[in-house]
Amino acid sequence: MNPEYTAGSLSGAFAALVRRDLLLAFRRRTELLFPVIFLLVVISLFPLGIGPSPQLLARIAPGVIWIAALLATVISLDALFRSDFEDGTLEQFVISGHPLTLIALAKIATHWLVAGLPIVLLSPLLALWMNLPLESLSVMVVTLALGTPILSLIGSIGVGLTISLKRGGQLLSLLVFPLYVPILIIATAAVMAASDGLPYVQFLGLLTAGLITSVTLAPFAAAAALKISLS
Amino acid sequence: MNTNIAIKDKPRKNALVMFIHKLGSPPWFYDFTGKFIPWLWLIFGALTIWGLYLGLVKAPADYLQGESFRIMYIHVPSAWMSMLIYTSMAVMGFIALVWRIRMMEVLAMCSAPVGAAFTLVALATGSLWGRPTWGTYWVWDARLTSELVLLFLYLGVIGLYNAIDEPRKAARAACLLALVGAVNLPIIHYSVKWWNTLHQGSSISMTGGSNIDPSMLWPLLIMAFAVKFYYAANLLTRARVRLLEQDLRKGWVKNVVREQKP
Repeated sequence: MNPEYTAGSLSGAFAALVRRDLLLAFRRRTELLFPVIFLLVVISLFPLGIGPSPQLLARIAPGVIWIAALLATVISLDALFRSDFEDGTLEQFVISGHPLTLIALAKIATHWLVAGLPIVLLSPLLALWMNLPLESLSVMVVTLALGTPILSLIGSIGVGLTISLKRGGQLLSLLVFPLYVPILIIATAAVMAASDGLPYVQFLGLLTAGLITSVTLAPFAAAAALKISLS
Repeated sequence: MNTNIAIKDKPRKNALVMFIHKLGSPPWFYDFTGKFIPWLWLIFGALTIWGLYLGLVKAPADYLQGESFRIMYIHVPSAWMSMLIYTSMAVMGFIALVWRIRMMEVLAMCSAPVGAAFTLVALATGSLWGRPTWGTYWVWDARLTSELVLLFLYLGVIGLYNAIDEPRKAARAACLLALVGAVNLPIIHYSVKWWNTLHQGSSISMTGGSNIDPSMLWPLLIMAFAVKFYYAANLLTRARVRLLEQDLRKGWVKNVVREQKP
């Protein structure tokens, strides 16, 4: 085994895990693109289904982009622990002596870098497609930057609980979508407020509060879920 | 019965502590609850008949909503129960996860279908009530919406529990999910409430006002009390069946079956 990966310190283990997962992700580049392509396809369906009216599209743009982001996240979530679970690496993590919470946090961070960040980077383009006013475009990007990590964090709990199931993906969506409701409400409200020229900073504050809360709590719940699934 | 000898031999502790410890043992629980479940059903039946008689026959029609307000006697207790049962499920799930008490896992998991049923009843009666009062079966009212999300949370817990084959692992996973849901439930509730005021301006008040006449209030309180007994009776009946299913190959179940045979 590469001595780099048996690093004794917590930060060393964290960095090693993030590096390993990023490397693995970039070795499978097509899989990396799936959530992004999915997002583009789903969003392009809305004008086709609803009609190309610019006002209508601008009105529904925040909701459509956010719902598509939720769906894209849930689709990519299953990969969070799947391969590590199947080849036994996850069990090695548990007996490695490092807290499973930290390992879960490293996996979640990588998941966001691989699946969440592309959505954030792509969102200006999506907003233009949906005819979102330029002044609320930056707010859209900020809500996604603050919100998508929360999606990965809360989602990790659901993945931890369903990982031992053969077809956990379908169940996963039932488990996590109700938990995503507040984020969807607050994030879309922020963008809509910005479109209407109303103050929106309080919503960004709420999203930040949600991010801080879920960063502190979700990894513990995800670790507990993984322990149950591995028992 | 000869199944609880081991417990009797232990040194005597506080009687209440002993009692709670004993309830953690499936055979003792099975025996003990079997004795008073019929009474719970009986009290529930009596209270329901009394409450519904007062509510549906005796109480005067509402001056605003007419006869349709009477659906309240089913709707409001169900809605209260849907939230109470989720809380009790999460508390039992917490106890089950922290102290690994198997009885608590069984009780928490048997609560989920009862709670989901109450939520469904609350939603169905709510939308039936909405038709004459609001003129539509469904509005994205804050309370209706959070009740709907609550139903999804229940379905998630039930779905996860049924998806995992090994019963104890399934119960622990679903208990954890129930706990996560309980942490999120207030956030969901307040965000939905706030979202609704944002989108609709003024929301429609479901109750006629805070000044409710005693002749209308009493049946409601009786019904609210009655459904607690329904929950207890249903939960314990379910838990007994679940225990028999899970312990099919254990000695105490064989004794139970032997006693049942004439």
